[in-house]
Amino acid sequence: MSDRGETATGWRAREIEDELPGLRLLVDEAEHSRAQPLTSGSPPEVAARLRALSNRFRGARAVGIRRESVPAAYRVFFRQIGLDPDVVRTPMEAAVLERMLRGGFLTGNLIEDVLLIALLDTGVPVWALDADSVDGHLGIRASAEGEPLGRARGAPALPAGRLVVADASAVLAVLFGEAAREHEPHARTRRVTLFAVQVAGVPTLYVEESLWTCRAALEQL
Amino acid sequence: MIYYEQQVIDPDDPAPAAAQGRGAVAEPREEGAPSWDGDERDARATLRAQIARLERERSAIVAERFPFIPAPVPVDRPHVGGPTLLDLGALERVRDELAAGVQELHVRVRERVEHERRAREQLRRMRLEPGRYKFARLPVRDLGQGVCGVWEVRPRLGLIGMLAGWWQLKLSSGCPLARGSRSTRGPDSPK
Repeated sequence: MSDRGETATGWRAREIEDELPGLRLLVDEAEHSRAQPLTSGSPPEVAARLRALSNRFRGARAVGIRRESVPAAYRVFFRQIGLDPDVVRTPMEAAVLERMLRGGFLTGNLIEDVLLIALLDTGVPVWALDADSVDGHLGIRASAEGEPLGRARGAPALPAGRLVVADASAVLAVLFGEAAREHEPHARTRRVTLFAVQVAGVPTLYVEESLWTCRAALEQL
Repeated sequence: MIYYEQQVIDPDDPAPAAAQGRGAVAEPREEGAPSWDGDERDARATLRAQIARLERERSAIVAERFPFIPAPVPVDRPHVGGPTLLDLGALERVRDELAAGVQELHVRVRERVEHERRAREQLRRMRLEPGRYKFARLPVRDLGQGVCGVWEVRPRLGLIGMLAGWWQLKLSSGCPLARGSRSTRGPDSPK
């Protein structure tokens, strides 16, 4: 776990370090200071920011997004780990596609909106976990056969070799995929662990800015 | 930014945590993780570089030629269900599929370029001798200049032009409005 306000680098299993040297996990932590829970509606300034961002992403940009350097880097990485980005969309392309289909970036709850704003500003996706449910440091490794996603009883089992984000004792999320539900921020969450996945071709500055955007928003709003 | 956490976890290292900072925990090689020799590593790195180059080439074609050349339909790969470290064979399959897709796109681009060249030539002839191409229509889409609008050879002054042999090349006004043509009647106009 990182200290609040300081971005830390997560660990990587040996085979991942060898095979995908550009893959890194950057971790941060934020304490939510607002009286309303993280899962409640966003304040007006967040909704206004999403509206402004909606105007920045129109059809022409949506088509060309796959050529922008940061989204392109994630697209390439998806190919390299066996995901077809035309089937499993990269986070940025998925967000822009949603914007095209819905006519704008619609506000959900505070944590979702903050993560979305960071993604749209930098192209780097950030995920949030309930910090109290995280055991030790986060890192990336491959799953073992039948390993559960999360610590809950009855958690879905993963196949062997799936790339996952894990803490010291359990898998918390599939890389670029779903997180274990019990580890996601909920109404009583005050501290969140934020993590971003950096891939080859994405400058560290962008990743740090994405995490900083989330932390600043959660701590100041 | 601080780097106090463990960067590389070596399962053979007996005391990595103490050496690499607070909280670092040695991760044993997972049961499902592939155990690869270094011999193939260069080959896999080369394949990943080729995949990166092909993906960028593919994206460039799709973005530049939109909407005239759609992205190829994704290949159904039921054996890969999520993110994983691909072995040499899987990387080769991805590379080969991408290469085939890029090749197919290049063929479509060539066909498209030829199609647009023929359309421009047709437009040039229609402009020079409209009388030979009466009522001929040429969508601007064929010229790669947009998706709406049609060049059409029409008689000047309607029936008079038809009878007199006065023909001209005209371009339609473009895309229709999403909600139809604007009503000329204002809210206060009498019904």
